[in-house]
Amino acid sequence: MADVSLEKVNKVYENGFHAVKDLSLTVADGEFMVLVGPSGCGKTTALRMVAGLEDITSGILRIGGKEANDETPKERDIAMVFQNYALYPHMTVAQNIGFALKLRKLPRAELDAKVKDAADILGLTDWLDRKPGQLSGGQRQRVAMGRAIVRQPSVFLMDEPLSNLDAKLRVQMRAEVARIQRRMEVSTIYVTHDQVEAMTMGDRVTVMRDGTLQQVDTPQNLYDNPDNIFVAAFIGSPAQNLYDAVVGEGTRSIKLGSQTVELPEAVAIKRPALRAYASKDVVVGMRPEHLRAASPETAGPKLAGDVDLVEALGSELVVHFTIDAHRVIAEGAVDKDEAAAVKSGEGVARVEAKTPVKPGDKMTFTVDVEDMQFFDTKTGLAIRG
Amino acid sequence: MRNRKRTGWRRYINGVNISAFFVVLFVGLPLYWLIASSFKTPANLGDSPPQYFPTPVSVGNYTDAFKNNNFGQYFINSLIVTLVATALVLILGTMAGYALGRLPMRGKFTLMVTLLIISVFPAIAVIAPLYILLRDLHWLNSYQGLIIPYTAFNLPFAIWILRNYMLGIPKEMEETGRIDGAGPFRTLWTIILPMALPGIFTAGIFCFTACWTEFLMALTFNSANQYRTIPVGIAEFGTVFTVPYGTIFAASVVAVVPIGILVFIFRKFVISGLTSGAVKG
Repeated sequence: MADVSLEKVNKVYENGFHAVKDLSLTVADGEFMVLVGPSGCGKTTALRMVAGLEDITSGILRIGGKEANDETPKERDIAMVFQNYALYPHMTVAQNIGFALKLRKLPRAELDAKVKDAADILGLTDWLDRKPGQLSGGQRQRVAMGRAIVRQPSVFLMDEPLSNLDAKLRVQMRAEVARIQRRMEVSTIYVTHDQVEAMTMGDRVTVMRDGTLQQVDTPQNLYDNPDNIFVAAFIGSPAQNLYDAVVGEGTRSIKLGSQTVELPEAVAIKRPALRAYASKDVVVGMRPEHLRAASPETAGPKLAGDVDLVEALGSELVVHFTIDAHRVIAEGAVDKDEAAAVKSGEGVARVEAKTPVKPGDKMTFTVDVEDMQFFDTKTGLAIRG
Repeated sequence: MRNRKRTGWRRYINGVNISAFFVVLFVGLPLYWLIASSFKTPANLGDSPPQYFPTPVSVGNYTDAFKNNNFGQYFINSLIVTLVATALVLILGTMAGYALGRLPMRGKFTLMVTLLIISVFPAIAVIAPLYILLRDLHWLNSYQGLIIPYTAFNLPFAIWILRNYMLGIPKEMEETGRIDGAGPFRTLWTIILPMALPGIFTAGIFCFTACWTEFLMALTFNSANQYRTIPVGIAEFGTVFTVPYGTIFAASVVAVVPIGILVFIFRKFVISGLTSGAVKG
């Protein structure tokens, strides 16, 4: 058991690439910390520095309060699960799980008992004599987990451990990994680019971009109160609708393209800082679930859009619509292909499954304006307080 | 009718199998002829029409090769030269392949291209200077006089095979070893080497075959009876007036056996060794 702390940690590669910039982060003892961000954001590099597989260019890494910059991976007492599992193909499942213990010269009986315990936890008991090549993807993933948990290390490091599994298995293993971590209460740093994994697994989530930390918070707080446009766009699926907008006089309305959405007094009171933006440009964010199908008699702020596409998920409909406001694509939050596919003004709403709507319709949404998020156009920072 | 499934032995009749049959026939017949002829008596060898199966079966050619023609000595010479050269090539090649495939190094590309050029260099071009070199070292008619050039000539290709094989081993394998607490030597020995075995076998078999059948250098450097290897030995069986076909056939069969056994045992490894690296993952 140990906490992990990084203090102004930097990584500059020999070719001059600055992969991690001044990263300061504390993972409490027993905490499940997820590092998330688009590919190339430095999350894996950060993890590898904690593991001791990459040198730390500057800054201090502490594991259990002790400076660990110059310790070997072995001395750091960490266990790592790799994306491709990195199982030893010539060893059986039992040998794979027990390898680290064998290197530590643990007595045979004790080693066998520990391997058996780990196999029990992971449901691998019947497969101990198999080689990795004879196992399914999910079983291999379990062996990789087994190799980590058998050592009862101070810290678990996981580098996208579920990304090689098919979608259904991934959901199942997601819960299982989280369950094992809670049970063992070992501090965990989990790297993923999948924000759904980040949201569902982490006690806290660290969002990174271009080597820089964007926000560290609980999943719900990240979702409800993103610090900047990048986090707002990156967290949430389908992604948040972000538009260029103009705040009306006295912050009583907001202008989205040709439409004006009324803002009740409550919004202005909740966000006094917004007053400074009266008649100015802002970026406004609306979660898809905060746009609900409006019936003619519902009162309150409304927004109308042209429906392009309706995706029926059974439990709900995902309605893709277009309005004449300019859609903001947060740089880096979505990949380039995805960004290119988004038309200007495109937005997404999640509405009840029974809503009668089809492509080509003009649809009116009720906007949950109290949940709207506002960002400064220039700095990209959230307008709060 | 065309779509009716063939049953019994007829289901084996298809284009692929028929082609395979002819290929096997093409490759296998000379081999069969060699083996069959080695068991014929000298009198029966030239029979017309030829004997398809030797009657009587005679081992006279074999005893002649070993008893009267010193073939046992040649066999041992070949074995020593080939095994030592192959071992050296594999030891050096594995380390070089690991370094070139894995370790951070400057000038890797230049080195690899140089190796490639060397490996296609015709032996005949260097045979004269090598002869002078070995003569001055007093290494003519010695084991090392063949072992060292064989190692040098086979190393580049072995390095290529092994380097490509090492490249195919994910680097996470080493990293996970480090995290598990294995030192560099332990990592190479318990993790990398077992995974590189197919590549090592492939390189080994190629090297073994090349050394085992090498003629030019063996003839030039080691012509003394005591140090003759099999290819040279067999070539010198005859005299100006006689060609002892039966003895040559018998010796050739014995010469082919080790390679046959090797390939048969390691055929799985060789196939995976040759194709690895061709496709990622």
